[in-house]
Amino acid sequence: MNAQTPTSAERAEKLEGMGCKRKRVEDIRFVQGKGNYVDDMKLPGMLYGDFTRSPHAHARVKKIDTTKAAAVPGVVAVITAETLKTVNLAWMPTLAGDVQMVLADGKVLFQNQEVAFVIAEDRYTAADAAELVEVEYEALPCNVDPLKAMAANAPVIREDTKDKKEGAHGPRKHYNHIFNWQAGDKAAADAAFAKADVTIKEMIAYPRVHPCPLETCQCVASFDKIRGELTLWGTFQAPHVIRTVGSLISKIPEHKIHVIAPDIGGGFGNKVGAYPGYICAIVASIVTGRPVKWVEDRIENLSTTAFARDFWMETEIAATKDGKILGLRCYTVADHGAFDACANATKWPAGLFSIISGSYDIPAAHVSVDGVYTNKAPGGVAYRCSFRVTEAAYAIERAMDIMAQKLGMDPAEFRMKNLIRREQFPYTSVFGWVYDSGDYQTALNKAMESVGYKKLRAEQKQKQEAFKRGETREVMGVGVAFFTEIVGAGPSRNCDILGIAMFDSAEIRIHPTGTGICRLGTKSQGQGHETTYAQIIATELGLPADNFMVEEGNTDTAPYGLGTYGSRSTPVSGAATAMACRKIKAKAQMIAAYMLEVHDDDLEWDVDRFRVKGNPERFKTMTELAWAAYHEVPPGMEPGLEAVDYYDPPNFTFPFGAYICVVDVDVDTGATKVRRFYALDDCGTRINPMIIEGQIHGGLTEAFGIAMGQEIHYDADGNVTTASLMDYFLPTAVETPHWETDWTTTPSPHHPIGAKGVGESPNVGGVPAFSNAVNDAFKFLGSTHIQMPHDHWRTWTAADKLGLHA
Amino acid sequence: MAKAHVTMTVNGKKVEELVEPRTLLIHFLREQLNITGPHIGCDTSHCGACTVDLDGKSVKSCTMFAVQANGSDIRTIEGMANADGTLHALQEGFREMHGLQCGFCTPGMILRAYRLLQENPKPTEEEIRFGISGNLCRCTGYQNIVKAIQYAAAKLSGVPLQEAAE
Repeated sequence: MNAQTPTSAERAEKLEGMGCKRKRVEDIRFVQGKGNYVDDMKLPGMLYGDFTRSPHAHARVKKIDTTKAAAVPGVVAVITAETLKTVNLAWMPTLAGDVQMVLADGKVLFQNQEVAFVIAEDRYTAADAAELVEVEYEALPCNVDPLKAMAANAPVIREDTKDKKEGAHGPRKHYNHIFNWQAGDKAAADAAFAKADVTIKEMIAYPRVHPCPLETCQCVASFDKIRGELTLWGTFQAPHVIRTVGSLISKIPEHKIHVIAPDIGGGFGNKVGAYPGYICAIVASIVTGRPVKWVEDRIENLSTTAFARDFWMETEIAATKDGKILGLRCYTVADHGAFDACANATKWPAGLFSIISGSYDIPAAHVSVDGVYTNKAPGGVAYRCSFRVTEAAYAIERAMDIMAQKLGMDPAEFRMKNLIRREQFPYTSVFGWVYDSGDYQTALNKAMESVGYKKLRAEQKQKQEAFKRGETREVMGVGVAFFTEIVGAGPSRNCDILGIAMFDSAEIRIHPTGTGICRLGTKSQGQGHETTYAQIIATELGLPADNFMVEEGNTDTAPYGLGTYGSRSTPVSGAATAMACRKIKAKAQMIAAYMLEVHDDDLEWDVDRFRVKGNPERFKTMTELAWAAYHEVPPGMEPGLEAVDYYDPPNFTFPFGAYICVVDVDVDTGATKVRRFYALDDCGTRINPMIIEGQIHGGLTEAFGIAMGQEIHYDADGNVTTASLMDYFLPTAVETPHWETDWTTTPSPHHPIGAKGVGESPNVGGVPAFSNAVNDAFKFLGSTHIQMPHDHWRTWTAADKLGLHA
Repeated sequence: MAKAHVTMTVNGKKVEELVEPRTLLIHFLREQLNITGPHIGCDTSHCGACTVDLDGKSVKSCTMFAVQANGSDIRTIEGMANADGTLHALQEGFREMHGLQCGFCTPGMILRAYRLLQENPKPTEEEIRFGISGNLCRCTGYQNIVKAIQYAAAKLSGVPLQEAAE
């Protein structure tokens, strides 16, 4: 080897593989306005659809008259439930085993429900005509309170199912009851509570919120009558699922449906489900024979396509007087709105809520969740979290603080005492989940040291004394949260969607010149997949990341996959990518052995090449082997160099983190200033630290919005009062705190590259950290629990109730 | 509806069109001129995804009729690159500092930052945060957007980029 020969490390660096802060490939088009989002599409002859929506939360539909709307010049057709019945599409199945009206059939069940779909030559005409659809309603009493849904006199919401004793997930106990789901051992939990020195019980509510990506849900449907083929472009986080569901609903054979998800302007769970707008656009295209575009506006988005949370969690912890947890119980009422259209793995009506034992070694626990119907929008989605994981994390992390308070212990010390210890991994939780890996004490210690935890507590004590002396009207709070997620759905033994196992896939094809294409079953909505998957390939195959094009979202070309949500892209498709690379590498090794005239076993891998063991001068690079694969393969071997992998993970992954938040609250205005927010994340192997950090910033900002001001609120008459950005809080750059990020690395032992997924951690851990901080500020004044969101008004009210304004 | 005649300069090119008087500027740009860089995110002028530069001011183009823009000089993201085709310092900064994720807010954000730097070439972090507070981003948490704008400010004023890149 001469002096010019690059070392292994130099060659590795040039690949821009895993661990490199590679700049994003997709940015080149986005910074020039050349992204291709659904609403940018324009097809010849394209029509526009718009909805007439219900002003009532609950009403009988007596009559729909479309005459005036249809007479507007430029209107091509008006569709109602009656039209849809002719093609058997007035109702559609949901992912949760329920059915949902596509257009109002007999009744409307929530405000802004879709009643009629107007199709016109341009969007202004469609909107004009939608106003002219005349609907006669008979208003009915409504209920928007989940805790009153199962009252004896509650309004009957679903007349189609009111007499059914059995639902999709077992017996029902009331006409507004959807399911009861339980996990854990009730007798053991009860016994733990019976012998405990100290117990706490608190109704911990996680209000209804909405993911609110900046781009709303939209699609273009184009049906070709001659070929009998449907092409559907849309904002789909799970395009393959949309194709399969679309085929099952429409009876168009699956191979004649082409679903394409172009660039997506954020998803956060909002774009997982199938919505009436998609069905109506498809039917409209079939009816008119022309492409039809449907784009929802922000009010429609916030009030109809999905919601998140709305979990009312009565949470209890039992402990010894010296702070060892003995048991956990949680009874939850889950508001699913008017139809159970939650986007969960099908067998899990409450998602993975049994991650509620969190990061702690809890010997006995039981949870029970009742899902109920109300006059609110359907479609509970996992908003930047795995299914119901953020609800679980919020409940346990608030309850931990409440118990620490009752014990008179510091909340960090109480957590430290109960954290699962490093030597206990892999750890089987009280609910049966096998946590793959973790080093919790190290993470919490690092977090506490980084923020100077002891000093903060000392400062807080001083400030409390000053407050009591009347020297300041500001109180200081320190919020600690230690979360464990369960992501990467998932093992097919646990998870399926409508019977389809939740595997995912990657297909990699290497071209003769050593470049290639990788197609996957996932779909980026801003996560940077085009950049990061290529980094996995670069490290695995020793070819530069820049040599690879990553393509997602076209169901005709991409291998089948279940899409991107629940932090599953890296745990599942990332694993598939690595496994497909290894298949390619195995073939390349055989070609190298043939070319070098040695046995396969005589070769060893060195960054970007196979070399002869003990004779590193004799090697074949992957670039050479790519060419050879199309040129001189060993006799009997088929030419080409490509592989596909469908990866069914052996287990979920369990990212974790320790977050600490410091706030200062003005008790006279309720204004809360986030002085400091420190987030330590452990997502296993880190593929691109720049992208990880960016995702953590974004997730923390969404958590800040949720904890400090967001709520999809309904008044008693069922009016959505927060359906535009005038009323629904999205943080601007001014309110958003400065984020400090940090990490530890505990790779997943079962994942091919040890990665766990990260995009949702900051939302899961951030919400309890903020909420604990605000609650912590008021603890010394006798407060136990203040409900989210902690906006100025609610915080002022809490201060007022504590008598601070007397 | 009787159409109105409008002329304006968009990204340096003269355009002359007939529009319905009620057509919003954002729809005129996107649907009539096929300039799809500016986006629609909220319909109520809160999100700023539709921000364009109009006669030296940042304008939310969903809050203005095309006829009101008659005679104006408009710049959109499509007109941001330098004359030689290289990226403008802001476009470069957003990529270098990871100031975007889904990319949907980016065209509006860059146009707003452009006007901000025209008015205040050396803004503090606080001034940047205040200056872009009419533009929402759901992905980045703004921290790297601030850095991207600092990067561009440094580059445009000839200061070494070392500090901005830290």
